[in-house]
Amino acid sequence: MTRSGFVIANLFRKRTRTILTLLSVIMAFLLFGLLQSVNHIFNAGADFVGATRLMTQARVSFTQPLPISMVPKLEAIPGVARVAFSQWFGGVWQENTQLFVFAIDPLRYRDVYPEFVMPDAQWQAFANTRTAMIAGKLIADQYGWKVGQKIPISSNIYPQKNSGNAWAFDLVGIFDGKDESWHKQTNVVFINRDYFDEANAFGIKGRTNFFILKLADSNRAEAISKTVDAMFENSPDETKTQTEKDFNLGFIKQIGDIGLIVRWILFAVFFTLLLVVGNTMAQSVRERIPELAVLKTLGFSDGSVLGLVLAEALALCLFGGLVGLCLATMGGAMVEKGTGGQFQLQLDASVWIIGVAAIVLMSLAVGLLPALRARRLKIVDALAGR
Amino acid sequence: MSDSMVQVHNVTKVYERGKQKVEVLHGLTLDIPKGDFVALMGPSGSGKTTLLNLIGGLDQPTSGEILVAGSRIDQLGSGALANWRAHNVGFVFQFYNLMPVLSAESNVELPLLLTKLSAAQRKKNVAVALEIVGLSDRAKHKPKELSGGQEQRVAIARALVSDPQLLVCDEPTGDLDRKTADEILGLLQVLNREHGKTIVVVTHDPKAAGFARRTLHLEKGQLLEQAA
Repeated sequence: MTRSGFVIANLFRKRTRTILTLLSVIMAFLLFGLLQSVNHIFNAGADFVGATRLMTQARVSFTQPLPISMVPKLEAIPGVARVAFSQWFGGVWQENTQLFVFAIDPLRYRDVYPEFVMPDAQWQAFANTRTAMIAGKLIADQYGWKVGQKIPISSNIYPQKNSGNAWAFDLVGIFDGKDESWHKQTNVVFINRDYFDEANAFGIKGRTNFFILKLADSNRAEAISKTVDAMFENSPDETKTQTEKDFNLGFIKQIGDIGLIVRWILFAVFFTLLLVVGNTMAQSVRERIPELAVLKTLGFSDGSVLGLVLAEALALCLFGGLVGLCLATMGGAMVEKGTGGQFQLQLDASVWIIGVAAIVLMSLAVGLLPALRARRLKIVDALAGR
Repeated sequence: MSDSMVQVHNVTKVYERGKQKVEVLHGLTLDIPKGDFVALMGPSGSGKTTLLNLIGGLDQPTSGEILVAGSRIDQLGSGALANWRAHNVGFVFQFYNLMPVLSAESNVELPLLLTKLSAAQRKKNVAVALEIVGLSDRAKHKPKELSGGQEQRVAIARALVSDPQLLVCDEPTGDLDRKTADEILGLLQVLNREHGKTIVVVTHDPKAAGFARRTLHLEKGQLLEQAA
């Protein structure tokens, strides 16, 4: 027998209670891992993109469209190499599968995003075919789309002039990312801007949600963003120009302050866990006062007894926490695979480090008071049941 | 048996119970030679368990000196006293106080976790202790699978395994039937006569006291007489 064996034996003295407490810890850390990964998604897109591009939207909101006629003025700004534009389509595949579908100018988009890789012939087909669409490899593989197919996609925003919400596009190309990071971004579909302008029932023409400015010199990003916004200040189409990272964060914050929501959920979960596990540890020590006194009579010091109780708390939290984080890692991978990469729930090293730190802190929080009680107990009083 | 194992000199012990102070031992002096087997008897509240706790290093006197196995244990701090207990004293309690989650052999091994012995050596010492008390065949059993007498034997083995010079026993047969009690007391006699252990037993039972070499009577915190 060893001290750690003794700790484990004591942990499972009330098997049902310990297992139920462990399950609580596992669930808490499973949630922690998944929710931290959700937080990571909202930052990852922003971290991923570099400062070689700027995004210009309407100052009020990106839902307010801007005139495409702004393009020549934007391209005239020193330091701006090329400008593309993108209009949110609100695509739906089959019954109710939401897709990321944007209406773009094909060749401009290609120039601004060289990271998306597709044979030139397919780019040309996209540019020259009015009803064309191209799909990212992730999404094409997920739904089994092949070049040459006609793909029916509805829009939940823009009805088609002749066929209600139902649109149909010719898949003329499938693009991939230049590397693994960009491959994970190929969960989008692009349609031809000209067809959208021509065929949408609202008669929306020549307007777009946002412009993408490819920069010749990334060191001038801040100066160029100020120049753009100054150019349209006090006009009917005032702009807000920012990096892709800030644009993505702002886009997602339309849903709500995700970070704050996640933090409050985790706070509630861990506060409850603290009470549950703390109660378990306190009960466990209370039941064993005479045994702890006997340990002291055998020669275990006050510090040793404190250490044994703390070790028990740590064993409980460590086992439950690590299992929870492992399940979160596996769960995240399953979600990523199941959604064709649309939701990339990755537990990276930082989540694990924070998770382990949380395990240690939780162990101290739930174990310290019972451990101090064990340390302070007087042998004679404890043996006499006082 | 000329050297002293226990020397208690003018010891007083006062307990504070709320605002009240209760003097349990009054200037008590006693000497227990090495290899002795002493029974402490007295009515309830006479101070015999208090004296036992002081001799065993579980408590400190309010005043006076206590010398056990060559150490002034009244002067030791709690850490040093714990260390002293680990090497010098074995305890046997009325209700055995075994760890219910451990087997008999693991219970006996507990004190050895405080030593630097290897796992193999610990296992050997445990086997020897269990053999002395006649429970080698019950080593893997948990306390709930043992009878009262067997549990007390395991407790005695645990008290012996570090090879202490002194065994202190607080009503070791208080929870046992007559036959089993006699077996346990017989075992204590063997430990005293054949293994040279100095034993101090607190008991209410005159028959149990009969197994000792001599009996000391306490009343109202003072020693009355010494009987052979």
